[in-house]
Amino acid sequence: MTVRPNAITMRRRRELIGGAVLLVLLALLPLPIANAYLRGLIVLTLLYAGLSQGWNILGGYCGQISLGHALYFGIGAYASAILFTRYGIPPPLGMFASAALGALAALLVGWPCFRLSGHYYAIATLVMGMMVLLLAQNWGFVNAAMGITIPFRKQSWVDLEFRIAVLPFHYLMLAYAAIAWAIAWVVEGSRWGFSWRAVKDDVAAAESLAVRVFPSKMAAAAISGAITAVGGALYAQYVGFIDPDSGLGLSLSVLIALPAVVGGVGTLWGPIVGAAVLIPVQQLSVAWLGGSGNGVDLMFYGALIMALALARPQGLVSLFGARSRAGGEVADRA
Amino acid sequence: MPPDVAPGRALLSVRALTASYRGLAALHGIALDVAAGEIVAVVGANGAGKSTLLRAIAGQMQTGGDIVFDGTKLQRLAAHRISRMGVALVPEGRRLFMRLSVEDNLRLGAYARHGPDRFGPLDLVYELFPRLRERLAQRAGTLSGGEQQMLAIGRALMTSPRLLMLDEPSQGIMPRLVDDILAAVERIRARGVTILIVEQRLVETLAIADRAYVLQTGRVVMSGAAREIASDAEVRRAYLGM
Repeated sequence: MTVRPNAITMRRRRELIGGAVLLVLLALLPLPIANAYLRGLIVLTLLYAGLSQGWNILGGYCGQISLGHALYFGIGAYASAILFTRYGIPPPLGMFASAALGALAALLVGWPCFRLSGHYYAIATLVMGMMVLLLAQNWGFVNAAMGITIPFRKQSWVDLEFRIAVLPFHYLMLAYAAIAWAIAWVVEGSRWGFSWRAVKDDVAAAESLAVRVFPSKMAAAAISGAITAVGGALYAQYVGFIDPDSGLGLSLSVLIALPAVVGGVGTLWGPIVGAAVLIPVQQLSVAWLGGSGNGVDLMFYGALIMALALARPQGLVSLFGARSRAGGEVADRA
Repeated sequence: MPPDVAPGRALLSVRALTASYRGLAALHGIALDVAAGEIVAVVGANGAGKSTLLRAIAGQMQTGGDIVFDGTKLQRLAAHRISRMGVALVPEGRRLFMRLSVEDNLRLGAYARHGPDRFGPLDLVYELFPRLRERLAQRAGTLSGGEQQMLAIGRALMTSPRLLMLDEPSQGIMPRLVDDILAAVERIRARGVTILIVEQRLVETLAIADRAYVLQTGRVVMSGAAREIASDAEVRRAYLGM
């Protein structure tokens, strides 16, 4: 006896095939592109697709809206950068430390904050993020507001350092986004995934079915924090520099959440679709409209997000009918 | 109130149970027994404390007194532990996961179970409610009221309960379906599941129940065989508004 009807196994299989096809296409994408700016744009888009997928696991599947994810990003970036520049530990190893510290930080934030519900949780994460931002700006160990520069020594896969050539970073970020996607795919079909969606929908009902609500949230937070922290470590290697503003700022927290929100919260493809739309628009609007200091680029970007939210409140993935399987008709209520 | 079940035969035994909402007492020393295999009804007017009683047994509120299920004290056990012991509540208003599919709701019912037969109760659920099988991929929120109630009962059955508690299963559904739901309750009992049911529909409920308790403002004012309570004109007029 199996509870899974064919339709759902089939859907999950289709998603896996879709993911594999997309992976191949994205692997080929930069080859015909010679423009370094465009290649860099794609690298950033892939990074945010992964970061937002990490956010989506806690915010989307488990319904705990975090406005402090820059905290985990920054911890991951600093951990790997400090281990590399001061102790010579290569970033591919340092990333494990980043993931562990990101998960730990998410658990430490979750311990008090998951006792709050709804908006209070979101506000608490926001405050936590700002506290750590202030701390980092004044903490000598992390070079305070000066930040940490990762000096370029030689082109190396061990050190994840590459001169000009963006291509290796393309594949690193692609691997990152793909792994984040794969984790979300596994989670969707797992017991944890079910418990998270139950917690999101109705805490009391979940509890009465023996779902342990608090540990469920903590598990989602740990996975989410770890994924985000690894993205931070990759970002630090890519840019070669990390400081409190670029690694811990509030705007970064928003930028991590936005692709999932605009693309479709709690969906597998939402963060990818959202990042593919938002990150290029954001970068291009800075390039074309920004720089004068009048904020036209931000106004344009903000207007676009509002328009998208009004047009597709369920997220952009709803354009593809990914969720229409549920059957839209509302049955007559007796 | 003397126990109504021979000592040692009670699957669920409640003594001197008190519960309150923010200091406002809702239950004043309830005593109640449910023997294995019984259908026991709890009836009474709105605000008599019927739902509170079920929620207290399910571990969803702070209580005083004793609740013993199969020899184990339930007080101070977390709700998820009580669920694992085999006590399932179909709550008032159903509390389905409206955004999840019918299938996902049923799977969540089996959440606490492990092993290859964790979806075993599914056969019973489909047998009782064939409509659910046809609507597995549909979102729970798009089901009709009657179908939602079937799903709520189905989800509770997926926990393989020994005691199934139902809170107003007839609420908000078509009269014709009420009979179907109550017939399903009888069939669930025939499978060895003990039932504690709270209902406003007295005639139908007392017809399937073995025994009943009448609650009024947080106290048991009468208990006995369901048939006797249903036929006692005084009781009907005084407590049940019939």
